[in-house]
Amino acid sequence: MTGAAKDLAGIFLFALATAGIAQFTDSGVTLNFVMMALYAALLAQAWNILGGFGGQFSFGHALFFGTGAYIQAMAQLHGGVNPWLALLLAVAGAATIGMAVGALSFRYGLKGSYFALVTLAFAEVFRILALSVPFTGAGVGLMLPLGESFANMQFGSRKGYLYLVLGLVTVALLITCWLKHSRFGAYLQAVRDNEDAARAVGVNPFSIKLGAICLSSALMGAGGAFYVQVFQYIDPAIAFGPGTSVEALVAAIVGGIGTLWGPVLGAVVLHVLADVTRNLFGQLPGINMVIYGVVLVVIVMFLPRGIGGLAATARSLWNKPGRTDRTGVGRG
Amino acid sequence: MADASLRVKNLSKSFGGLKAVQDVSLEVAHGSLTALIGPNGAGKTTLFALMSGFLTPDSGSVFFGGGDITGRAPHLNARLGMTRTFQIVQPFATQTVRQNIAVGTHLHLQGRHAALHDAERIAEQVGLSAQIDKLASSLTVAGRKRLELARALAARPRLLLLDEVLAGLNPQEIAEMIPVVRGIAQGGVTVLMIEHVMQAVMNLAEHVWVLAQGRLIAQGSPLEVTSNEKVIEAYLGHGTAARLRAAELGRLAP
Amino acid sequence: MLDPSIFFASLLNGLTTGAVYALIALGLTLIYGVLHIINFAHGAALMVALYAVYLLKQNFGIDPYLALPLVVPGMFALGYALQRLIINRASHGKDENILLVTLGISIVMENAALLLFKSDTRTIDTTYTLSTVAIGPAMIAVPKLVAFAGALAVSVVLLWIVGKTDLGRAIRAVAKEKHGAKLMGIDVDHVYAMSFGIGLACLGAAACFLLPAYYVNPQVGGGFVLVAFTVVVLGGMGSFGGALIGGLLIGVVESLGGLYLGESLGQIGIFVIFIAVLLFRPQGLFGAST
Repeated sequence: MTGAAKDLAGIFLFALATAGIAQFTDSGVTLNFVMMALYAALLAQAWNILGGFGGQFSFGHALFFGTGAYIQAMAQLHGGVNPWLALLLAVAGAATIGMAVGALSFRYGLKGSYFALVTLAFAEVFRILALSVPFTGAGVGLMLPLGESFANMQFGSRKGYLYLVLGLVTVALLITCWLKHSRFGAYLQAVRDNEDAARAVGVNPFSIKLGAICLSSALMGAGGAFYVQVFQYIDPAIAFGPGTSVEALVAAIVGGIGTLWGPVLGAVVLHVLADVTRNLFGQLPGINMVIYGVVLVVIVMFLPRGIGGLAATARSLWNKPGRTDRTGVGRG
Repeated sequence: MADASLRVKNLSKSFGGLKAVQDVSLEVAHGSLTALIGPNGAGKTTLFALMSGFLTPDSGSVFFGGGDITGRAPHLNARLGMTRTFQIVQPFATQTVRQNIAVGTHLHLQGRHAALHDAERIAEQVGLSAQIDKLASSLTVAGRKRLELARALAARPRLLLLDEVLAGLNPQEIAEMIPVVRGIAQGGVTVLMIEHVMQAVMNLAEHVWVLAQGRLIAQGSPLEVTSNEKVIEAYLGHGTAARLRAAELGRLAP
Repeated sequence: MLDPSIFFASLLNGLTTGAVYALIALGLTLIYGVLHIINFAHGAALMVALYAVYLLKQNFGIDPYLALPLVVPGMFALGYALQRLIINRASHGKDENILLVTLGISIVMENAALLLFKSDTRTIDTTYTLSTVAIGPAMIAVPKLVAFAGALAVSVVLLWIVGKTDLGRAIRAVAKEKHGAKLMGIDVDHVYAMSFGIGLACLGAAACFLLPAYYVNPQVGGGFVLVAFTVVVLGGMGSFGGALIGGLLIGVVESLGGLYLGESLGQIGIFVIFIAVLLFRPQGLFGAST
């Protein structure tokens, strides 16, 4: 079986298994946990496309999340648009912002810390704008009126939302799988690993990075739109604040950036951690983020390839005899 | 193969006050295997960067196959058939040898499967068949040099610019690499190499240009160039040629 | 609104705030100049220092200005420890890892503060908090004036340290050529940690000058971090003069922007400057272009 086929089979099984959990359980707690873990996975996967595969670390990914969220809310509230159509608009809108930020940043060769700073600045600008403009509800935010129905993308129990986010996560997995096994993905990773070497063999770094940020921001926008549907509320802090930006990147890094399953793994681990913390310490404000911050530092210090990286190392150690023969001088 | 001649005319580039390349003109003939030599800091790598589009010249022009490519982006030049290697090797460290080469192959092969498969052929050409599925980061220096070469070859260049492909290799590795380079040239690729290893230059190059302090100071066959006084002085210092001659005369005197 | 006395007051206000921005930025630019890392934890560290000053006043009655000899060395020690024990170990030779580690540290600091102090905004009361002084047609709060003088004084001390002492010489050597410095026998790890410590010590001083005229809450760091980055990028990464002038400039822009455009849009003005500089002139006003 080729690598791509194996990955596709894995994605299919994952989707089936998760749908199965949703189908055969009625525990609100379980459903909510799975739904929120999937939601976190979606955000992490979005970040992973640009950060993991593209090597461009964005510290302001909430920019795209918030854009998607506000478009989802405003399209329904101000435009009477059907939520499913609004979802498409939200994704398109987020991707457009992504393209604009990408075009500016990559055109001027921003990389590394500078790119991280610029994304942070853009997110802040949008947050302040959302806070000041009445159209977006200013500080009060926007609230969606209750109206349970499939057509209205509002579901009675968490089950409906779970299937929805599972669908989005599956799309994200398929896109990531495509990145792993396509020419575009190979080019993207080449640009990440060594931009000049890539240019020397015909890769156009600008267009490749632009494509990556469009995909990444589109998925992030979908996450924002989903949030609005579930919680029926959005405000500038949630939309564009650092919380969402951080959640996306920490989960990706903990699970293993640049991999197919890393973000999902990271999201699940962080959620379990958050749950355990809540059981041990109760609902203390900020305790979750403290743990996330500590985990981030620990992972970067000791496990830079994330938890998924551990698995990969274990696998390669397992395969070692017979595979790696470091012969001596002159053979390379 | 289509015309792969490279002509640079009055090329100049300065960085701040430093004149890295000063008014250099040369012509690389289609189908030739030539070398660019000179002491460290002479501006050779800068010249390569100007030729391949990584740097834009302050003045002067670059013509490839007859067309003006001055200042054109490297990836566009690669598509036209000019690729280069780097003095300090630049592998895609997280990828395998096969995947590294495939990035080059993809210039002409769209399909992922086809590109990964074709990498085997290229790996064989440079002697990396045994390591093809190892991580690039696990290769020795010699291995990485071969990988650098392989990746450039995979892009099917008409003109290949090799920047010190032998640097850091021991004598045995050099002896193994020389026929590989010759093989590439014999396959129809025009090759211009920057080299310090004189053994390779004498062995391979049909024509040699000598750069010193940004200027072209001599050119000719390897033998002509290495006995050129100006060249000796550029490498060994002012007055050396005269001293060498005097020592030689002194040695011969009865 | 074009009333010259209001304009003048706003200008003065901006200059005094700007001096504090400059002090904050000096620490950041020193860290960047020597370690070549962008310290995302700078804002959070300032917040920590502000809480330290606050607690010293609330629990021990120590006046913020008198707390300088306590807070500055304390922040220095914190910086030294952070760099030596954590940041140094995390880099594994890749810049992105340092980005992430400093981000992680800032997250931990901010949320630990949230846990310990809740999100309430706190201020202190001193005898001089509300007193003002007339300069020309404008009335300036005394704490702001002291902040201005203090920030400039500390900046001068910092420049003296870097320019005239043995430590400063070592710092400059490491900043310029790390490997060469190591070969000369300089303990690079130690110099890195000292520089990071000094950078955070600047925050300690800034906190002592800030708190009488300002406030503290766990989110306060976030507001300062982007402004500090803007100043450093505007002035030029690694340039002290740039940080000083940039700080004053940004302070004035923020003040006048707030006056004419309202607070929110005034803040956006700063970020727009930031983005514009990053895109079009990343070396800033005084930095070296690569």
